[in-house]
Amino acid sequence: MPQFDLRINGKTHQVDGAPDDSLLSVLRYELNLTGSKFGCGEGQCGACTVLVDGLAVRSCVTRIGPVAGKAITTIEAIANGDALHPVQEAFIEADAFQCGYCTTGMVMATIGLLRTTPNPSEAEIARLMDRNVCRCGAYPRIVKAIKLAVDKNRQAGIRS
Amino acid sequence: MDEPTARAASAAIEPERYELAEPGRYRFDLDRRGFLRVLTAMGGGLLVISTVPVVAQQETGRGGAQGLATDALAGWLHIGPNGRVTVYTGKVEIGQNVRTSLAQTVADELCVPMGVISLVMADTDLTPFDPGTFGSRTTPTMAPQLARAAATAREMLLDLAAAHWQVARQTLGIKDGTISDSLGHTISFGELTRGQNLTGVVSSQAPEESRDRWAVRGEPLHKVNARDIVTGRHEYPPDVIRPNLLVGRVIRPPALGATVKTVDDSHARAMPGVIVVRDGEFIGVVAPNERLAKTAAAAVVVEWNLPTGLPTSETIFDYLRQTAQPAQGRGGGGDPLGAAASPPSASPTSTRSFDATYRIPYIAHVPLEPRAAVAEWTGDKVTVWTGTQRPFGVRSDVARAFHLADDRVRVIVPDMGSGYGGKHTVDAATEAARLAKAAGRPVKIVYTRAEEFMWGYFRPAGVITISAGVDAAGRLAFWHFDNYNSGSSGLNTPYAVAAKREQFHSAESPLKQGSYRGLAATANHYAREMQMDAIARALGRDAVDFRLAHITDPRLRAVLTTVARKAGWPNTSRPGLGLGIACGTEKGSYIATAAEVSRTPDGFKVERLVAAFECGAIVNPDGLRHQVEGAIVQGLGGALFESIRFADGKILNGTMAQYRVPRFRDVPPIDITLIDRRDLPSAGAGETPIVCVAPAIGSAVRAFGTVDTALPVALKA
Repeated sequence: MPQFDLRINGKTHQVDGAPDDSLLSVLRYELNLTGSKFGCGEGQCGACTVLVDGLAVRSCVTRIGPVAGKAITTIEAIANGDALHPVQEAFIEADAFQCGYCTTGMVMATIGLLRTTPNPSEAEIARLMDRNVCRCGAYPRIVKAIKLAVDKNRQAGIRS
Repeated sequence: MDEPTARAASAAIEPERYELAEPGRYRFDLDRRGFLRVLTAMGGGLLVISTVPVVAQQETGRGGAQGLATDALAGWLHIGPNGRVTVYTGKVEIGQNVRTSLAQTVADELCVPMGVISLVMADTDLTPFDPGTFGSRTTPTMAPQLARAAATAREMLLDLAAAHWQVARQTLGIKDGTISDSLGHTISFGELTRGQNLTGVVSSQAPEESRDRWAVRGEPLHKVNARDIVTGRHEYPPDVIRPNLLVGRVIRPPALGATVKTVDDSHARAMPGVIVVRDGEFIGVVAPNERLAKTAAAAVVVEWNLPTGLPTSETIFDYLRQTAQPAQGRGGGGDPLGAAASPPSASPTSTRSFDATYRIPYIAHVPLEPRAAVAEWTGDKVTVWTGTQRPFGVRSDVARAFHLADDRVRVIVPDMGSGYGGKHTVDAATEAARLAKAAGRPVKIVYTRAEEFMWGYFRPAGVITISAGVDAAGRLAFWHFDNYNSGSSGLNTPYAVAAKREQFHSAESPLKQGSYRGLAATANHYAREMQMDAIARALGRDAVDFRLAHITDPRLRAVLTTVARKAGWPNTSRPGLGLGIACGTEKGSYIATAAEVSRTPDGFKVERLVAAFECGAIVNPDGLRHQVEGAIVQGLGGALFESIRFADGKILNGTMAQYRVPRFRDVPPIDITLIDRRDLPSAGAGETPIVCVAPAIGSAVRAFGTVDTALPVALKA
């Protein structure tokens, strides 16, 4: 069975598998990184969102072959020790979740969004986040959290 | 294992109209000495137990309370020597925020900071029996129960302190987990109880704290475990990992009702590390990882006997009428099928009648967390971590499947990824237990999205017929309302009518159906409110005035007039829009909703929603606003696009790509007014706000043409 070097959260893992194995399956079942959630397996709900080279991708439909060697970041590496990432803080302050099952995916998608669009309008948020589903319907608060995160980033001088 | 029996038992308790009152066959057979042993094992301290009937009365309408444990002893609250407070409740946290709101209740009554309280929830070995988390019962029944337990502990602590200092009890103050006397001495709860084994018994008659003295309750606190959620540290049921965990898959028939003809599992059995389990109709595989489990499942070749002649999503409405049983339930007099269509003899004064038939499709809950379970056997006892709204019910299902006593099964429900009424029965628990038994190691099952659609259950489809008459003075003279299959919640009209008959008829459902947020109240409100709107229009009456002329309940009047005012009724915010309104009451709370819509080339778009909600005294305003907002957004799905398509026992749109749920772009600005009535007891709030979304939108869309008498809302071509 072929081996793949997956660089996840700054650490390289050698994973046995086929090139079209799902990244989410490897994260959850072989590396015990369960912060990325399984919601649909179709790339439709965004609960499994991770960053690959800084861009938000749906890990359930991402194959390990093409991402071998790239920088993969999961929710487990977003907080800096006890210090939460501004986006995580914003989600708590805006109370932007109910059951919270979509939240880690929403946080990752927001981080990806703000890298490409640092100051999105509400219409841009709705368009660019549209493939992340919150079945509890916390959308208005998630929009509020994203705007709050923009302010926090601005205060912290994070622009990248 | 007798799998078909287990399934049949599950199916028998699913329909929402029975609101799932599993008889309370369970007892906490510990006596008071038993609890003392438990307390000793906890390191001493103070334990509050109760002798009250711990099982809430259910809304079954069929006297389902027989056999309930009425004199059980249950442990509710423990204060440890370190001052930590542990609260035990069989309720489940599914996103409705009760882990926080129940802690607020205890903090208030016990006079401790929120930070020292931990809730142990939904662990059948540790928490008192609970029938399940549904019916918006947690705040109305569990919060007062925990308040009484906390108040009992508080009074015992004051007695202890009074004895300790040899002073009169009324000279003492109590705050932040500490008692102080008039001389400035202080002693903490932990110090007071250290080295002791104290049990207190709370009675159902214990007085409740007056609501005007709430301090922590009424505050908009953040969720207590928010940090674990945003960091991904919280373990949802599919995230549970056990040592030596294996991964399981069940081989599912391609259609509901299909049975096994032949099986060839030789290829799967030949795979290293794979175990194939066959037991009657049950076929499953176990493998060391998900990838191999999937491959092994695909390698099992099954020929199926497929069902034929089943109704489809097109023929279902005729089918429900044809298979309907004689009427039952409220307002019904056992009238034969079709009586609603016959001319009402009791209404000689009526001058105009209005008849309509409404069609309600099956819809899916689509909890983002699919059904999942991890099962682990230790000897003849199995522990199952799973996501369910009925931990004790699932315990019973698993026990029955393996012919075990209930105490040989422990069900633990970690705070889970939502339910909306869709996780009352969870076969994944039994399936994981069966596979784990065969493998001799813990096994995890997580349903695929397609499995969740097909092997969960749906909100029932239904047909609702209304025949209403209005007299010469413009008042409702008669109201005949017949609901076929969708359910009896919200069946009764809140409007004053001289003669009314409201009936529910059960029917055969080709799909698995069960509970859903708001149950049938959404369907019944849709039909009733659309009909009220149609009648008002036909009479040339204002839709709000027409309703108010038939409403005596001041609470319903208050939400309706509030929404009308907030929405600017009857004027739209700009020309060319449609404005609609609806109101209702269910489960003791009151909702009115207004919707403003615009015309689009392919139909309409919801531009704005306005809602007013009243559920008595508000415990956590932010949590409540969350619930109201969420219910409204969820209601948008059923109002605008959700509908299960099916044929031949197969779900034709059972994927997230095909079954559309509300997304960011679907959500308009939502203006919510919460009416806080501290003078009234708190009613549940997680469900009722959903019921008026569809009729408000439907009536608004009537500005653009004739609206079909069906859900989702659509203009007639």
